[in-house]
Amino acid sequence: MADNGHSHGDNAEYYALRAEAIQALLIEKGVCTMDDIMTMADKIDSRSPADGAKVLAHAWVDPEYKARLLADAESALLELGYDLPETAPKLTVLENTDDVHNMAVCTLCSCYPRAIIGRPPAWYKGLAYRSRVVVDPRGVLQEFGTELDEDVQVRVIDSSADYRYLVLPKRPAGTEGMSEEDLAKLITQESMIGVGLALTPEQVSAS
Amino acid sequence: MPKVHDRGGWPNEDPIDQSEHEMEEWERKVDALNGVLGDLGLKTSDQLRRAIESMDLATYESLAYYEKWTAAMEMLLVEQGVMTTAEIDAKMETLKQGQA
Repeated sequence: MADNGHSHGDNAEYYALRAEAIQALLIEKGVCTMDDIMTMADKIDSRSPADGAKVLAHAWVDPEYKARLLADAESALLELGYDLPETAPKLTVLENTDDVHNMAVCTLCSCYPRAIIGRPPAWYKGLAYRSRVVVDPRGVLQEFGTELDEDVQVRVIDSSADYRYLVLPKRPAGTEGMSEEDLAKLITQESMIGVGLALTPEQVSAS
Repeated sequence: MPKVHDRGGWPNEDPIDQSEHEMEEWERKVDALNGVLGDLGLKTSDQLRRAIESMDLATYESLAYYEKWTAAMEMLLVEQGVMTTAEIDAKMETLKQGQA
């Protein structure tokens, strides 16, 4: 079963070799070089949830920045030095509040705000999350250990090749005096997808 | 029934497998190659999706993520005449012999 996207067994061996053959042919034919491929891999590696957390923590402490981020994510990211590629799909930041909790999914495949937080986790690409989250979001939240009050409205947003979403989690109570750097540590990958909440300072110090 | 990739609401009672695995180096390269081919104008996200979405159900469900990407990239490169399936088969044989 390949549901969490993990490659294994005979298929993996076959496709690993097939991919190598395709790359070797592209290089022989002068279409690209191994250096192009490795440079791209390093570039993709350079983005991680820490980048998104940094931006969102800044939005927590600066309400004007938050307003700009929610209105036009690309320009607001550029302010912090994140220059998304021209070809990157449109990015929207969705704010979680006392009343509304957003969750992102890509029911069709695996569209994800890679340009700012890197590659998606395996489960995000798996069939179970993609099938179930639109039908039973609260059940999925529970599976991730996330409890919401009954009166909070849950919105599930479907991503596409052209539109990507980053969730701005709610700032936890009791974090008023914290530095931006420490606040960023509360913002997890799961909280930026919306299957989790931001951590509390207690959770961070316990981990 | 919806198409093979259109999973929203598809009957599914499986628990969500939250385990993460270290990416294999070949998967990392396939991920990167996708970006390189995009920059070269040899594929768009929509083309890659179309190739993945054209798979039959059994293939779609049995292949892991980067296995699907590999199959889809092959489809697009062959379609555009960049290489042939026979060339890929032959290169695979050569690589296999190199490994032995």
